[in-house]
Order: sequence, then C-alpha cells, then structure tokens
Amino acid sequence: MSDVQIKKFVVTRFDPDKDEVPRTDTFEVPCQSDWMVLDALNFIKDQLDGSLSYRWSCRMAVCGSCGMNVDGAPTLTCKSPLSSYGDTVEVTPLSNFPVIRDLVVELDGFMEKLKAVKPWIIRAKEKAVEEGPYRQSPEELEDFKQFSLCINCMLCYAACPVVGNEPDFIGPAAIALGYRYNLDSRDEGASERNAIFRGEGSVYSCSFANECSEVCPENVDPAAAINQAKLSGLVDWAASLVLPRGGKD
Amino acid sequence: MVETHRHDVVIVGGGAAGLRAAIAAVEADPNITVALVSKVYPMRSHTVSAEGGAAAVTREDDSFEMHGYDTVKGSDFLGDQDVIEYFVEQAPKELTLLEHWGCPWSRNEDGSVATRAFGGMSIKRTWYAADKVGFHMLHALFQHSMRFDRIVRYDEQFVTRLLIDDGQVRGVVALDIRQGTMRAFLGRSVILCTGGGGKIFPFTTNGNIKTGDGMALAYRAGVALKDMEFVQYHPTGLPGTGILITEATRGEGAYLKNKDGERFLVTRDYGVGSKAELGPRDLISRAMVQEFEAGRGFSGSYGEYLHLDLTHLGEEKINQRLPMVRELAKVYGGVDPVYEPIPVRPVVHYMMGGVDTDIDTATQLPGLYAAGETACVSLNGANRLGSNSLTECLVFGARSGEQALQFSKGADDGNERAVRAQAEEEQARIDQLRGKVKGGEKLARLRVDMNKTLESGCGVYRQEDSMQQTVRDIAQIKGRFADLALEDKSKVFNTELVSALELHNMLEIAEVVANSAASRKESRGAHTRRDAPTRDDQNCLYHTLCFFDPAGPRIEKKDVTLGTWVPEERKY
Ligand SMILES: Cc1cc2nc3c(=O)[nH]c(=O)nc-3n(C[C@H](O)[C@H](O)[C@H](O)COP(=O)(O)OP(=O)(O)OC[C@H]3O[C@@H](n4cnc5c(N)ncnc54)[C@H](O)[C@@H]3O)c2cc1C
Ligand code: FES
Repeated sequence: MSDVQIKKFVVTRFDPDKDEVPRTDTFEVPCQSDWMVLDALNFIKDQLDGSLSYRWSCRMAVCGSCGMNVDGAPTLTCKSPLSSYGDTVEVTPLSNFPVIRDLVVELDGFMEKLKAVKPWIIRAKEKAVEEGPYRQSPEELEDFKQFSLCINCMLCYAACPVVGNEPDFIGPAAIALGYRYNLDSRDEGASERNAIFRGEGSVYSCSFANECSEVCPENVDPAAAINQAKLSGLVDWAASLVLPRGGKD
Repeated sequence: MVETHRHDVVIVGGGAAGLRAAIAAVEADPNITVALVSKVYPMRSHTVSAEGGAAAVTREDDSFEMHGYDTVKGSDFLGDQDVIEYFVEQAPKELTLLEHWGCPWSRNEDGSVATRAFGGMSIKRTWYAADKVGFHMLHALFQHSMRFDRIVRYDEQFVTRLLIDDGQVRGVVALDIRQGTMRAFLGRSVILCTGGGGKIFPFTTNGNIKTGDGMALAYRAGVALKDMEFVQYHPTGLPGTGILITEATRGEGAYLKNKDGERFLVTRDYGVGSKAELGPRDLISRAMVQEFEAGRGFSGSYGEYLHLDLTHLGEEKINQRLPMVRELAKVYGGVDPVYEPIPVRPVVHYMMGGVDTDIDTATQLPGLYAAGETACVSLNGANRLGSNSLTECLVFGARSGEQALQFSKGADDGNERAVRAQAEEEQARIDQLRGKVKGGEKLARLRVDMNKTLESGCGVYRQEDSMQQTVRDIAQIKGRFADLALEDKSKVFNTELVSALELHNMLEIAEVVANSAASRKESRGAHTRRDAPTRDDQNCLYHTLCFFDPAGPRIEKKDVTLGTWVPEERKY
C-alpha cells in the first residue's frame, strides 16, 4: 500500500447519558497517504474505540452525511485528504447545531426549514402524465441546475454567522433549494415562496458574509441564491402593492 | 414500554423505491397515512450515489419489444417475461412523472429529454441528469414527498424485526437510533424497500448502509430469498475505494484498454461482439479478469487494474456529461480523465437476488410487500442491465404502494396485544446486545473475515470447492458472532450497536448467497463456474429459492415465467 504516517486525532466526545459537557479524546492513527479524514475516523472506530459516533455512508461526497468541523472548518470528511492537514488533526461536530452525541448533530430543524420553502413544483394546473414531459431548453435547465446540486451536508449552516445568532434564519441550503424551484421553467410557485423568503427567518437576515458559498463542497453558491431571492422577493413584494394577487409569477 | 405508532401502510426505506411507494399510496387514497421508516434520512439513501441513468423507451425508433428483449437477453433468460413486459410498458410513464416532479433531466436542444447509450441496451434509451442521476432522482422524490403531510417520516429508525401475528405481517419494530429505545410501527401492510447488500463483499460500490437488512428481516420471517447467487460486478470501480465510475462513460464513448494500450474488447473474442465497451456487465467483468490472468493488467498498490480512457472525448463533453466522473477520478483516483486514463477494476455493485415477490410485489407472507433492490421481482434475472434498476425502483415502488394499500384496506388490525408483546421481546434482545462484553470477537474482524471468504468463493469466477469453503467459513463466522464483544453501552446514537445488527444481517444473507451459489450447477449471467462453464437450460432454467431453517439454509426451485422470447445462445 502507500506510505504510512502517524497522525494525532483530537476528537470531541459527548454522551448525554454520561457527560455534562463535551470532552476530547486523542487517538494516534497510522494514516495512509491516500486517506481522507473519514478513513481515519473509521480506523479509530474499528480498531481503537468502537464507541465513537459519527454519520457516514457513501464515502463519495454525495450523500451529505459526513460533515464535521476539521481543524475548525466545516468539512466533508470523506472528500478531504489527510495530506492537507498537519500532524495533529482536530475533529469536532458542526457548529450551530445541537449535538446529539460525539460528532452527530441534530438535523430536524433543517428538515423543517426545507419543507417550509416548498421544495417541489407548484402549478395552478398539473400536467397529466399522458401529455408527456415538459419542454425545457438546456438554457432553462442551466438557470437552476447549480442550486439543485445541494447535498444537504449542512456545512453552510455551520459556517453561517447568521444561523449562529438567529436560529430561525431559513439558512443557505434551504433558500438555495427553494429558490431553485423559482427558477425552474416548470414551476409557477415563485410568489408563494417569495412570501416565505420575506417572512420569519427571512432572506434579509443574511449579512452577505458569503461563508456558505466558500465552504460548499458542491459549488452550489447558496450566497448567490440568497441574493437573488432577496431581489426577487422585493420585486414581487413591490408588484403586489400595485397589482391584485394571483397573477402569473 | 415500547412506543407504538399506527398507520395504514408501513414502508421501510426512504430510497427511490420507498419514496415512490409512499407517494403512490397517499395519492391513491386521500384518507390514509403511511409511515416512512428509515435508518438514515431519506436523502442519504444509497440511491443518491447512482450516476448513469434510468431506462425507458422514449425515441420514435425504439419499442417496448426492443427494451424487453434487451432485458431478457441481459438477464440470460432468467428474468420473468411477464414482469419484464409490465416493466418496459410502465417505465416511460414513471420517468415522466419524475420529470413533472422537478427532476432536472438533461435536455436536447429542442427541450425534449435527452437519452444516452448504456451497456446491453440496443438503442439510446437511458434518461440522465448529467452523471448524478440517482442524486437528482432521490432529491426530486424526497422534496416532492414533503408536500404530503400524510407521509409521516420516522428518520434514523433501524428496523430489527417484522411483527407477525396469525400468519400475517402487522408492522415492524425499530431501534430509535437517537434515543436507544424501541418503537413499534403498526400497519395492516408493510413494504420493504431497504436496498441491496453489497457490503457483504470487501470491494464494492455500495455505501456503508447497504447491509441487506430487509432481506434478512424477510428471510428470518420465513420468506424465501430468490436468485441470491447472482451478484453483479461492475467493470469499472476505482481501485482501493471501489467508488464507481459509471457505465455512462462508456455510453459516451470511453474505451477500456489493457497495459499494451489495446482495446481488448474489440481485438479479442470476449463474446461482446460489436457492442465492445457497451456489452453487458457480466461479460465485460469476466473479460477484465481474463486480461489480468493473461498478464495484461497493470499492477498497483491495490492489486491489478486496467485503463478506462476518456481522453478522446474532450474536456467540454466530459464537463457537460460527466462532471461527477471527472471530480471522482480527480479526488479519489488521483487522475484528471481529460488528460489521463482512469485506473479501474471490476467491483461488486448490485444484487440481482432478493426477497421473492410476485409481479404485484407481494411476498408469500400476507401483508408483506417488497420493492427496489431488496426485492427480487425477477426483472433482472441472472444479470441486470445498467439503468434498469432506478426505473425498477419507480415502477415496482409505485406498484407496491398501490398493492400494499389495497391489502391494508381489506385487512384487520390483528391482535395488538400479541404484537406488542413481540416488540417488548425485541426490546429485551436489543438491550442485551448493547455493550455486550462477554466474548472476545471484534466486530471489524468478523466483517473482514466475512468479506474475504465471500470474495474468494463467490467472486467473478466460482467453482465447487471454493464455494463450499465459503459456505463453511460463513457458518463458522456466524458461530463466532455469538462471542462478539461490544464496548458502547450508551443508548444515544450507539452506532456500534447498529453495526452489530447490520453485521448479523449481512452474515445471514452472505450465507444465503454462498449456499445459493453452490447449489447452481451451471454458468448463467453473473454466476460463472469454471467447473461448469456453460448454461444448462435443460436442468437449470429455474429460480433459486432459499428458505431459513434452523438446521441451515434450505434450497428450493421455482419456475421461470417464459413468454415471447425463447431462450437462445446469448451472443452479442
Ligand atoms: C454507485 C452506484 C451507482 C448506480 N448507478 C445506477 C444507474 O446509473 N442506473 C441504475 O438504474 N441503477 C444504478 N445503481 C443501482 C441503483 O442505484 C439501486 O439499485 C437503487 O438506487 C436502489 O434503491 P432502493 O430504493 O431499492 O434502495 P436504497 O436507495 O439503498 O434505499 C434503502 C433505504 O432503506 C433504508 N433501510 C435499509 N435498512 C433499513 C433498516 N434496517 N431499517 C430502516 N431502514 C432501512 C435506508 O435507510 C434507505 O432509506 C447504482 C448503484 C450504485 C451503488
Ligand atoms: S459519506 Fe457521503 S458525503 Fe461523505
């Protein structure tokens, strides 16, 4: 196999059955040169301490399970080569979420926010399946494609300074995913969603920090979605003052 | 006390099949609710990793007849032809529904849905969303499912047992992973949509959660597992990790080359004919192993490999059609496929076998249904064609939702007291296993031993003595499982306990794979024996059924449903 290097892993531990506050454990791991951070955690779990808890599945950067803070930065651990870290690596749970145990955080809040932005196609009249697919040009697809690439890994929530202060803020991923439908040529629900974007936890809480787009492992650029949503929310709101409700979005 | 939740239908699994089933059920009746019980949040399900595409007749010059024939031939004539006919006819409708629900399918210039070539498909009929098809399908289904309040999600619940009373399934019991307590999900019918079990092998494209749980649940409840000897090797996995490089690369024109730079599928006779790189997976995987054996592979730190060459496709096409492949090759393979070939080797990918169901997705146990990779409705026979299984999840997921709902309406709630008692029993069993210190066997060790013996006995090429050795090994490892030592006594998010339960399930299905393989005395599709190299329709045109028996797995046979297509030599 490849060269082996011993690295020290300083890992947050927290078990609500036993611990009042989080503590840390340190493990020495013989790391292969092609390993990702996740490989080292799996080594710890298999060989050193079977009680370490964290989530992972696909190990190919698409299921979104394995987000953690590594050396303080929100990181998709299955996609982050150990070669880019030093001899000591600190692994902690994602910030801005309640911790369930060790490196596992509570995601139910996000699931509710996601549902709140109505991430589905809304139409006045749905097309019958017999009529076949909608036509959508490659350019129309391009309009929203990028925002549809979100894997729900939650790194953007961990990085966002606003989420930390305002837990109700809908947050980068959910706004990007809601706004993705606004941009979809098949959808007619923009004004409904814009009203949500303007409401509680609104897009206007965003302070333009852009941290979300910087940590996104899929280059979704949620900050761009938020900015566009702000604008379209405003335009929509202004229009609602002069036009009666119910027009085409 | 085990907490109970009652719904009309209980669905286990939130991948493509489970979500489709849930939507079908609530759409069929505005007054019912379904429980969607899953050990991970639905969008983490391994459907997410599918890259290449989903097949359905789309173009003017295609036909159901052609899709059907390709599938039957791909299955090495072991697919049930009534199932295949139903499948190809439903496929276009199902993919269209996904389109209406927002799936970002790739498009032609005129705005119609684009199709690409896939292995064993005689025409471009595979719909795609770049090379993140499973990801987009899963998220489209999941997000669409959120509009139905009557789909009640129970996330991070690990189902450990089916609840059965009076010969009928009454629900399931699950470990609430976050709290460490047990919950009973009661329903008048249950659908298993728990995916495959590739993790029984050491080198696989499958994620950590693919441990064959649903197959083990059904098997222990007396339902047969069917055709479990047929395990698909995908030709192109990255050495080391086993991460998949999709067949769509070859669909888009990539070449497989040996160390002499030769396109061996073209220059040598491996039975793929003019299909070359677009031959079916079983034939290409075998060809690759033969190249290794002839000394024409490269050798690397993770064993032998060959080259998948995309360099002639050009950066623009690669970026547009295969962006994920480029990213995966760079991050996990250390090469940029725009400039260099990707090292690849055959990798365990998919289980053709599964819970025995009929065309309506019903199992032999009244009230129990199964769909998706965990089921064996006999669409795929001895070898699945790439891009048929995502469509299968939709077609038979929907069918299972409708059928299970029908059953639910005609059934009663059963004896709730008896069922609760079973759930309490299960609670006691789990409590005993948690943090169990007696014995000296380590979880990881047992898993590695299971992985190794399966690869040596049930790999690309098989033979009597090594299969029998694997049968013995697995029985021995199952014995050692009783001496498992666990360290984590905590209730909250005890992933060690979950892994132990998963290993228990994997050992169960590993035993079924090995025993089913040893029982089939011919070569067909993915089951290739060096000591019986030809197909034997005279004696072996049957489905293998494997039943749980305290004395050891019991094998029976079931007829294949033939029809339009008469078995013939499988030549391409
Ligand atoms: C890398 C890769 C690429 C692929 N590419 C393609 C392709 O291009 N085209 C194609 O047609 N097919 C492809 N396939 C195959 C296809 O993706 C799968 O067969 C299909 O997605 C399986 O879906 P499913 O819904 O049956 O199961 P999954 O998506 O695996 O979902 C299983 C669900 O069951 C739940 N579950 C499992 N056990 C339990 C339990 N004990 N308790 C509670 N819940 C449980 C899980 O949480 C999960 O939600 C690919 C497969 C892989 C691995
Ligand atoms: S394990 Fe799936 S994203 Fe990392």
